[in-house]
Amino acid sequence: MSFFKHPFVKQLGSSFLDLAPILAVVIVFQIWVIKQPIPDLGNLIMGTVFVVLGLTLFIQGLELGLFPIGESMAYAFAKKGSVAWLLTFAFCLGFGTTVAEPALIAVANEAANIAAKGKLISADLQAKAGYAMGLRLSVALSVGFAIMVGVLRIIKGWPLHYLIICGYAAVLIITPFAPKEIIGIAYDSGGVTTSTITVPLVTALGIGLATAIKGRNPMIDGFGLIAFASLTPIVFVMAYGILR
Amino acid sequence: MALFPLGDLMAKQLTTPEFLGIPAEATEISWTKYGWVYLFAACIGFATTLAEPSLLAVAIKAETVSGGTIGAFGLRLAVSVGVALGIALGTFRIVTGSELYYYIIAGYVVVLIQTAYAPKIIVGLAYDSGGVTTSTVTVPLVTALGIGLASTIPGRNPLFDGFGLIAFASLFPIISVLAYSQIALWRSKHSSSHS
Repeated sequence: MSFFKHPFVKQLGSSFLDLAPILAVVIVFQIWVIKQPIPDLGNLIMGTVFVVLGLTLFIQGLELGLFPIGESMAYAFAKKGSVAWLLTFAFCLGFGTTVAEPALIAVANEAANIAAKGKLISADLQAKAGYAMGLRLSVALSVGFAIMVGVLRIIKGWPLHYLIICGYAAVLIITPFAPKEIIGIAYDSGGVTTSTITVPLVTALGIGLATAIKGRNPMIDGFGLIAFASLTPIVFVMAYGILR
Repeated sequence: MALFPLGDLMAKQLTTPEFLGIPAEATEISWTKYGWVYLFAACIGFATTLAEPSLLAVAIKAETVSGGTIGAFGLRLAVSVGVALGIALGTFRIVTGSELYYYIIAGYVVVLIQTAYAPKIIVGLAYDSGGVTTSTVTVPLVTALGIGLASTIPGRNPLFDGFGLIAFASLFPIISVLAYSQIALWRSKHSSSHS
């Protein structure tokens, strides 16, 4: 096998192609629009090499680890037939992967700073940390809840759009009552929660379940867990803003 | 690494009064002055989404499960176009200072109407693609862009106007993927009725 036909090398190449548009946008805008030299060219090249390597390793890990784990767990649960344990597991998976999510931690801290500036909470460190923690817990709870309901949906075979419409309705009803400062953060937190590790695991779990359960179509029933998990945090964060 | 601080810096440079060629003490600026900002937002949204690892994971899975009917690259392209449109509109919202709420409601209504007509097989995947687009690569860049814009435009408060871009980036891919499936369906119907 020649060097260039090796799967890892091929993957490296396609990872680089995936990143090329970002580089193109940055370089074109920097040179032709902003008309400034690119600062730290060496660092930029190093960073790009690392990101290409990281993306390649991630895809390898996806095929080797995350997809098989999610699917084999789904099969094992479907075989055992214990709905209660499956739902408990689904909740823990959603809660556990979200509470430690770096993007969420960053957004929660930012939100605490904003709340302190807006005189919603006192500006001392303890109050801010408490507010950020409360925010993270409410998002994590909401994702756990969403994955649990989503798994129940796959088992029961409910159509996805009913759940989504209920979710949208909840968002629309609660928005007028929420404090103005929290609305932007709440809407954003829906998108932030589902991370690089959570997405493949949860997707594989959903598709595995829909494949293992009779009468479910993996294409129609298997997807949708992420969608619901991006919707419930909006509702829960606004509720947190109202209640505290 | 150095890629993201640079994006952050560029977002700030693009929104400075010097770059826009307007006096720093101006209080009212027409939204048309910010053309480069919308274009930059759309380009960076498109490019970062194409490189997004979570989207890649879902696209690979979708291609396997659908037996190749849904191409991984086509899906990623559709989602990227959605994010590009979403973020461009999101920056427009920050520039004009209109309410986030109205845009999101309008988006939801569009999604619901599309759902009624879209092929059933794509609905779950389309809804999911909203959530997966915004993670490791996209979020830091987009957040920096939003806060940067809201803090340089006169009359905008970063506390109220800076957030919300991610919400746009999670809503628009749903619309674009549903649209993509509808176009594919329409084209296949069209060609089969002719042959």
